[in-house]
Amino acid sequence: MSILVIAEHDNASLNAVTLAVVTAAKAVGGDINVLVAGTACGSVAEEAAQVDGVSKVLVADNASFQNQLAENVSLLIAQVGKGYSHILAPATTTGKNVLPRVAALLDVDQISDIVSVESADTFKRPIYAGNAIATVQSSAAVKVITVRGTAFDKAAASGGSATVEQLEATQDAGTSAFIGEELAKSDRPELAAAGVVVSGGRGMGNGENFEILYSLADKLGAAVGASRAAVDAGFVPNDMQVGQTGKIVAPELYVAVGISGAIQHLAGMKESKIIVAINKDEEAPIFQVADYGLVADLFEAVPELTSKI
Amino acid sequence: MKVLVAVKRVIDYNVKVRVKSDNTDVDLTNVKMAINPFCEIAVEEAVRLKEQGVATEIVVVSMGPKACQEQIRTALALGADRGIQVETEDKLDSLAVAKLLRAVYEEEKPDLVILGKQAIDSDNNQTGQMLAALAGLPQGTFASEVKVADGKVNVTREVDGGLQTVALNLPAVVTTDLRLNEPRYASLPNIMKAKRKPLAVKTPAEYGVEVASSITLLKVEAPAERQAGIKVGSVEELVEKLKNEAKVI
Repeated sequence: MSILVIAEHDNASLNAVTLAVVTAAKAVGGDINVLVAGTACGSVAEEAAQVDGVSKVLVADNASFQNQLAENVSLLIAQVGKGYSHILAPATTTGKNVLPRVAALLDVDQISDIVSVESADTFKRPIYAGNAIATVQSSAAVKVITVRGTAFDKAAASGGSATVEQLEATQDAGTSAFIGEELAKSDRPELAAAGVVVSGGRGMGNGENFEILYSLADKLGAAVGASRAAVDAGFVPNDMQVGQTGKIVAPELYVAVGISGAIQHLAGMKESKIIVAINKDEEAPIFQVADYGLVADLFEAVPELTSKI
Repeated sequence: MKVLVAVKRVIDYNVKVRVKSDNTDVDLTNVKMAINPFCEIAVEEAVRLKEQGVATEIVVVSMGPKACQEQIRTALALGADRGIQVETEDKLDSLAVAKLLRAVYEEEKPDLVILGKQAIDSDNNQTGQMLAALAGLPQGTFASEVKVADGKVNVTREVDGGLQTVALNLPAVVTTDLRLNEPRYASLPNIMKAKRKPLAVKTPAEYGVEVASSITLLKVEAPAERQAGIKVGSVEELVEKLKNEAKVI
């Protein structure tokens, strides 16, 4: 068996979620190659070659792959990947954008967001917002799969010594163009990878009040997340949303502040090791999943918590 | 410009699903069903494009048993002009739906196809991308803003780090994210009017599409239950527990 892992990167460094995908690939078993598609992405390829368990890194360095446009990258992955038994990518917005397109080009079904590898053809994945876990078996010639990063440990970023091979590849579908991006700037850890996450909901009242969460987060070295209600109310930007339609997190500690705990939110955080809920409504569903619940006014409890840790 | 919108009948998003005791699937008997929330946003966007004078006709399509005509009627009541149901009792995976949609696309030749980004039952997030690949079209997934001008559509996409804007040549496929718009409610007169709008019923065989899947569902289980937690009385107690019992801070 041979597995092609699609590297997630920003042309400068390898995103750590790729390491979790390599672990999933190891569980499948077989020769693991990593594909790095981008522009001036040599440093990413070097990083990928160090990852434990990777035997070969394929680099497609071309202007057409600079912004990971699905139309172009999918043609490349389908071309390179058709000789492999498995194609794995992280279930990030980039992976979700590109991989179904690859599967359709190869005329195979795709399996999304797996949380465990049972065998080379059998996988577990959550359905219905995480309220059920499906075990699925694939008979496809090439198994095209996205991997939930938080469900797998990260492979060691060093210790590997893969060969790096340049691909003479250019794939420009000519149907789409990158116009621009607005990336949220933050000095805090990345939400999906943070060991501690502090999240606020509608109970925060407004965007300014998130300051008390930022203070707590800085004390804990945590990332800050939000419920959909807080995002829709305009308190914080959408990339902070945790839930079925936002990011899936599984930190050591998740602190939910002023969040009621709708099933769509729980889908994004209930794999957290320890959940703490601070809410003034003692009937809030969040208390049914919280390891430690505190029924209190968050505007008193959060500053007090910040001062005591 | 003609817009094709795909809608899916799914369990209502407020319903807490139960796994069947024999672990074959979730139990959907006597459960409230509705249009998938992301599909509702897709219909709303098409209707807004029509109100802006950009779209001239909205065709809504759904695949599944007869009951999914209810969801097509809802979309018609919201402002779509006519419906197509592709009737099948088979459980369809994303690739099969994408192949059926490509057939409808070839027949209808719309300028824009709008789908939801994912269905809240299978949580796959695949169909729009697969349709785009099969029909050789560009895709604007997870759209939070859609602007049509000069034979192109500019789509602002919700990506992990923030927002990204791409320009796509028409025809194109767009999948909706939650913040694209707030869907309207159907008014009673419009619900009555929708009953008289045309709805064609087809079959996968008429389109010559094979709906078999390479994926077999072996088992469906309830997720591991979290152990019941405790309520603490004060912030001090919380800090003490987190430090000494859970050892996470």
